[in-house]
Amino acid sequence: MSKVNLKESKVVIREVRLGSITGFEGTACKLVQCSRSGKLKDSVRSFSQCMGCSSLNAFCQLSMITDAAVINHAPVGCSGDFFTFNFVYRVGQMERNLPPSIGRYFNTNIEEKDTIFGATQKLEDTIRKVFCRIKPEAIFITTSCASGIIGDDVEAVANRLSQELGIPVVTCFCEGFRSKIWTTGFDSAYHSIVRKIVKPPQKKSNKVNIINFWGSHVFDELLEKLGYEAEYIVPFSTVSQLERISEAAATIEVCPTLGTYLGAALEQIYGVPEIKSPPAYGLAGTDSWMRELGRVLDREEEIENIIKQEHERVLPQIEKYRSKLKGKTAYITAGAAHGQALISLLKDLGLEVRGAAIFHHDPVYDNGDITSDVLAHSVDTYGDVENYSVCSKQAYELVNILNRVKPDILIARHGGITLWGAKFGIPTLLVGDEQFSFGYQGILNYAERILETLDNKEFVTNLAKHSTMPYTKWWLEQDPFSFLGVNERVEFY
Amino acid sequence: MNVSSFIEQPRYSCALGAQQSVVAIKRAVPVLHAGPGCSNKINCLIGQGEGYAGGNTIPCTNVSESEIVYGGENRLKEVIEGSFKVIDADLYVVLTGCTSDIVGDDVGRVTSDYQNSGRPIVFAETGGFKSNNYVSHEKVVNAIIDQYVDKFGSKTTKKGLINVFSVIPYQDPYWNGNLQELKRILEGIGLEVNILFGQDSGGIEEWKTIPEAEFNLVISAWAGLGIAENLENKYGTPYMHFPYLPIGGNETSKFLRKVGEFASLERTRVEEFIKREEEKFYSHIERTSNFMLEFRYGIPRRFYTLLDASYAMGFSKFLLNELGILPAKQFIVDNTPEEFRESIRKHFAGISEFRSAEVEFIIDGGKIHEEIRKDDHKNRALILGSGWERDIAKEIGADLLIISVPVFYRLVLNCGYAGYTGGLRAIEDIYDRVLDTYR
Repeated sequence: MSKVNLKESKVVIREVRLGSITGFEGTACKLVQCSRSGKLKDSVRSFSQCMGCSSLNAFCQLSMITDAAVINHAPVGCSGDFFTFNFVYRVGQMERNLPPSIGRYFNTNIEEKDTIFGATQKLEDTIRKVFCRIKPEAIFITTSCASGIIGDDVEAVANRLSQELGIPVVTCFCEGFRSKIWTTGFDSAYHSIVRKIVKPPQKKSNKVNIINFWGSHVFDELLEKLGYEAEYIVPFSTVSQLERISEAAATIEVCPTLGTYLGAALEQIYGVPEIKSPPAYGLAGTDSWMRELGRVLDREEEIENIIKQEHERVLPQIEKYRSKLKGKTAYITAGAAHGQALISLLKDLGLEVRGAAIFHHDPVYDNGDITSDVLAHSVDTYGDVENYSVCSKQAYELVNILNRVKPDILIARHGGITLWGAKFGIPTLLVGDEQFSFGYQGILNYAERILETLDNKEFVTNLAKHSTMPYTKWWLEQDPFSFLGVNERVEFY
Repeated sequence: MNVSSFIEQPRYSCALGAQQSVVAIKRAVPVLHAGPGCSNKINCLIGQGEGYAGGNTIPCTNVSESEIVYGGENRLKEVIEGSFKVIDADLYVVLTGCTSDIVGDDVGRVTSDYQNSGRPIVFAETGGFKSNNYVSHEKVVNAIIDQYVDKFGSKTTKKGLINVFSVIPYQDPYWNGNLQELKRILEGIGLEVNILFGQDSGGIEEWKTIPEAEFNLVISAWAGLGIAENLENKYGTPYMHFPYLPIGGNETSKFLRKVGEFASLERTRVEEFIKREEEKFYSHIERTSNFMLEFRYGIPRRFYTLLDASYAMGFSKFLLNELGILPAKQFIVDNTPEEFRESIRKHFAGISEFRSAEVEFIIDGGKIHEEIRKDDHKNRALILGSGWERDIAKEIGADLLIISVPVFYRLVLNCGYAGYTGGLRAIEDIYDRVLDTYR
């Protein structure tokens, strides 16, 4: 179990904290075995394509705290994601019937001379002006490769300005070069929140924290029935809401890769119990998640009733979908652990999962509890997945694999990947909202989307006829993992 | 040197943003020696999908702590060699990010080994902190000219052949359509045009003929002049500078006449083309002019621009002189270098015979919004800006036409605003926004 240390301004990266990796090829079963036996090694690629970095993932969680400002201490290019998350934020406002407002994000505009003389003065000036301009309840500072390498003492500036302005001015260290696993950025953001925003509980509340992105509010009804109230964090929370998450009755994570650090921190420091079973995707997954929820919230009887009712409701429908989807093959590419959860869901629906390329692998989460292992749960319940690889969004590997596997459907969870299915004429489904496929109803929702996708091949069929391929013939004939080698430098878990 | 401010609502990328200039060259691929997330961030703001080998296809060393501590040259070699094997491209352009430029990897040395063995590869130092992508676009184009183009082809001048350096691919969301139109009209008056980027360009073979051009044409307020100067020094090629994007009948004809004169083209041929194009252009306006006149009360009376200098000047001339919409304050958001500001100010001071417009060079969008908010909004306004202006437009009852990145609320395929075609498109789009506000 990793120990959350709030005295440190920087979060320990996942590679070191959890032994997470970004390169593996084999089967799902083998990956689980390696994870459990301490034999997991990372493999690095001698050829690689651009990935993502922690700073984007940190910003993803900080950018929608409704009354906070974010200052990106970086050259202007690092703020390329500002509008992306502003757009997501505004779509979320529509879904929540909130008035339109733009995200208040600022870039300190580090330039060449700043790399010589340092940019802390620039940062200070920016913080003061931002405070005057929008009077936020808190200011988060996200760092960059440039600010990190030139050695700006961002923590000292933040502490000084916190004093001066009387609001939390909080550092979030998320330099891209520090970790190959961009989900480390989630941990950075949560570390900042737990360190400087969350206050010790004054009372216990009947709220249940739901660590999510900006997904639909599928937990309201369930928790209400159990006498609890859903508190969706971190996007769309206010600073004062976040101050009180230590008072919650429990913490749910829609995806343990997202919430691992925050869930564990709240439990370790404030005793808020974390629901440790893998999130509720697929029938068996939902059953066990529900039971764990019932146990933690002391509502076991109610939960059994709900499970019974829901089975009666959804099983006949699932059966119908199964008959329609029987024999169809799927390939999944997605982030951990959502992609792993989708394997279970697809298998429930009778699809044959021909393989998966998952962006990284956490052999264990911060709670140290192996029951949280989503992949292990899937393998134990539904059996192995051949052709399981851990692949940090390396399109060249994926294209090579798709060219061999040619599944009936490609399931993707992140943008920029879908077209590789389409270029081979493979219908491709991307669902952004993780909650869409959550729980019993989620199985039905997802099944319907799969059928719609399989039923509508015209676009991809035509596109395939007219597309170009930037990969060489040589490459498409090679083993997809030709550039993947075992790297002895990384630490073993 | 300007005193730089912080930036709320960024509207351009960093030096590494010029990766998109490479993506815009047919069958060229950038190879990044940069942190793992840089390319993705650039794509978020100015990308328009993968293109041929952009987006997630872009090779990258994904610099980590070990390359920063021990140097990243060997890692770069691995990725370059992999790129040759895996990516089917005609030109590989190595671009560095902040990490490499601060720690001082000798990327030139690494690249030159491959150049010496005849590989089509060049490099440019584009560490994000060095400049924005308007400036680095020049640097990358010059790198390709100096390190690759220069090795090939004849340097004898080919009569009537010109190189056009205009909008920055992807930084101008309408780059493809704009370049298409510029090529079309310049060919219309009898020139042969190297447009170099986008769908109507001829890829790397076209680039190889750059030294043969009779002259270079820079259609841009300032970005791109450095390329023309480099070519002048290198090959003695003269250049003509037209400092804004010509939009609509008046300005496009004026532009073509100037080019015709500079190129000593046969006057009748130029005038014939202009006549034909103007006839087409104004026939559409004349046909609908009763609507335009009678609907006068419905269209905006004044306009704000939050655009780069080339667009701001081009649109302001067009809107004022052809549509009769008056300039409110003009905000130029491209961090125009100091030496070009005076001439741009002068341009706005004499925007028409009767009018002048106030102009401010400013990169902080939040500050611009504050200024617009302070104005008196007693009549309807048009804002030419970016997706950031959605709320301020609504707040002051203005119509918003998104011309600048971030776009987000429009899908751009081959739409362009340059030239005659672009002028008509601009009128359609402005009226479309206005008419769409009725219930």
